Amino acid sequence: MATGASIRTRTTKSGARAAERSVILTGVCGRLGRLLLRQLHREGRVVGIDRRDFPDAPPDLMHYRLDIRRKACRDVFRREPAQAVVHLGVMHDPRISAETRHTWNVEGFGRVLEYVAAMRIPKLVLLSSAAVYGARPDNAQFLLEDAPLLASGRVSDIRDLVELDMLAQTFFWRVPECETVILRPSFIVGEVHNEIYSYFRLPITPRLLGFDPMMQFVHEADVVQALRQALRPGVRGIYNIGGPGVLPLSQVIARVGRPAAPVPHVLARGLLDRLWRLGFTDFPGREIDYLRYVCMVDDRRARRELGYAPRKSLDETVASIREAFGE
Amino acid sequence: MGAPRRAAPSRKPRTPRSRLGQNVALAPLDPPPPAPVVRAAPSPPFPRRGGAVGRVALELAQRLRAAIDSEFGRQYERILTELGPGDFDPFGFDLGYARYAVHFAAALYRRWFRCKVRGLENIPPGRALLVSNHSGQIPIDGMMIATALILDHEPPRLVRSMIEKWAATLPVVSTFFARCGQVVGIPENCRILLEREELILVFPEGARGISKTIDRAYQLEEFGSGFVRLALENRAPIVPVAVVGAEEQYPSVLNLRALADVIGAPAVPVSPLVLLGPLGLLPLPTRYHIAFGRPIVLGGEGDEDDEQVAEHVRVVRAAIQDLLRRTLDERKSIFG
Repeated sequence: MATGASIRTRTTKSGARAAERSVILTGVCGRLGRLLLRQLHREGRVVGIDRRDFPDAPPDLMHYRLDIRRKACRDVFRREPAQAVVHLGVMHDPRISAETRHTWNVEGFGRVLEYVAAMRIPKLVLLSSAAVYGARPDNAQFLLEDAPLLASGRVSDIRDLVELDMLAQTFFWRVPECETVILRPSFIVGEVHNEIYSYFRLPITPRLLGFDPMMQFVHEADVVQALRQALRPGVRGIYNIGGPGVLPLSQVIARVGRPAAPVPHVLARGLLDRLWRLGFTDFPGREIDYLRYVCMVDDRRARRELGYAPRKSLDETVASIREAFGE
Repeated sequence: MGAPRRAAPSRKPRTPRSRLGQNVALAPLDPPPPAPVVRAAPSPPFPRRGGAVGRVALELAQRLRAAIDSEFGRQYERILTELGPGDFDPFGFDLGYARYAVHFAAALYRRWFRCKVRGLENIPPGRALLVSNHSGQIPIDGMMIATALILDHEPPRLVRSMIEKWAATLPVVSTFFARCGQVVGIPENCRILLEREELILVFPEGARGISKTIDRAYQLEEFGSGFVRLALENRAPIVPVAVVGAEEQYPSVLNLRALADVIGAPAVPVSPLVLLGPLGLLPLPTRYHIAFGRPIVLGGEGDEDDEQVAEHVRVVRAAIQDLLRRTLDERKSIFG
């Protein structure tokens, strides 16, 4: 069995805890992984899987530092009697080549699905994104969960996420005894390093001349709350996570307080692409459609069935964008 | 069937006019909304330093504003109080911004097209679909219907019209429409608005209607059937609307379909008025007659087969055609 040196285990505090069924978090070293861990590890056993090192991990976390695609991962799943798997291990880094990232994401999640099915784990939660619907001129103002996922038509970067989402959807009928939950939050803000963070970190925030779409943002703490609600037994299905309210992009930029520059949309893509290639920004120009058209979700189902209700107000949520820069 | 959300209007004491411009509905937002696109009755944007043109324009704008403010100001205050303070409207409507557009629309409504409106009492409180003929090359007819509901309806009501998806791809225009409360014409959007007991304006002829040439004036094009399903599903009454006068504002003799396809626009009309140069861009000051018919309540659930829906469409279309004919008969001249 390939339980090689790549697995670094931390001993748990008590043997009694090891007997409970654990929650497996993939991508535990990311911002959301840490936040969710902080809440879950007090209540039960948590097992983390991530390629990255986790130097300041809490002592009661069982952290396996390995690639999901490796065989050793299977042993983790076999050894840990898990009650749930939360898949946060989606690679977003725009600097890694699209092909590598795509293979890693799709293959990795494919493995997770395989293990969940083989070990009969009763719950799987995937953190997808509202961006999978795509920003399009003929979008409904608030998209419902059954809207088609059209994002990859124009933004190839989002293709990974769309595919993961689809894979998870096939799981509904492939393994019906597993409660599969897909969460599709709008733009997550806080200290998460994602595209929207990179966008607002630009020294001058580019806007598209004459476009000012309404946008939704959700605070990372509210996403963690939704993830926990999704872990409750009996919950299954797809849930949009909207956020506390909507604002036009121009208002958000004004509140963040950075200078903004309107750019004609015909030039913006090339301009941003060039900046990106030169390393000035991590915001890839391919995603400007989200600054042009609405891509907002209707989260009434999550509010009704999960009991989800954002605790952070719209003001707090938008303010957290600025706070993330330490200003 | 939901009870009408808008309660009977409570008389509110008039507040000084200077408050009108403030974003009362958008109280929590500090920065003012972006500069308006339509500067019909602008407060400062004219050049202050000398120049006869600048002075005349300023004078005109001030007069225009005074004329509209006296009545529009009152109505506007009422809309503000009825909608109440709160976050941004989820569809992007912004009263502080729309105010400028409504000033402009009110000037067109009262002075340019001198609209005559009939049958406003037929509009039920609460949700309803206003279904109208569409004409005139540019959608001024929608603007005038909406203005009628603000200026002449008691209490003033906000109309949401369903705009072309194409308009959402245009810079400036898309933002302008959204800030004025217009919504991309998609059934899901309609559904949410009807649940909120709002008034929706639909043009079932769509681009076919607005871009038709003058020889086919006042003949209704084929109707789409989506609005009937919406009305059935949401149990919303349909109010037929006829607009007379818009057909003649830009008499189009030709529609360059091939060019329209190339640039992706729904139509490219050609009007002999282009011979007048820039002046030809102004719509002719025809008199608008807007008639609202009796509401039609359709029975059904929205899952009827196409045959039945088509029958309902025919009924509504006939009602509008009839209303059009009667309004046309009463009209003495195009400008009178």
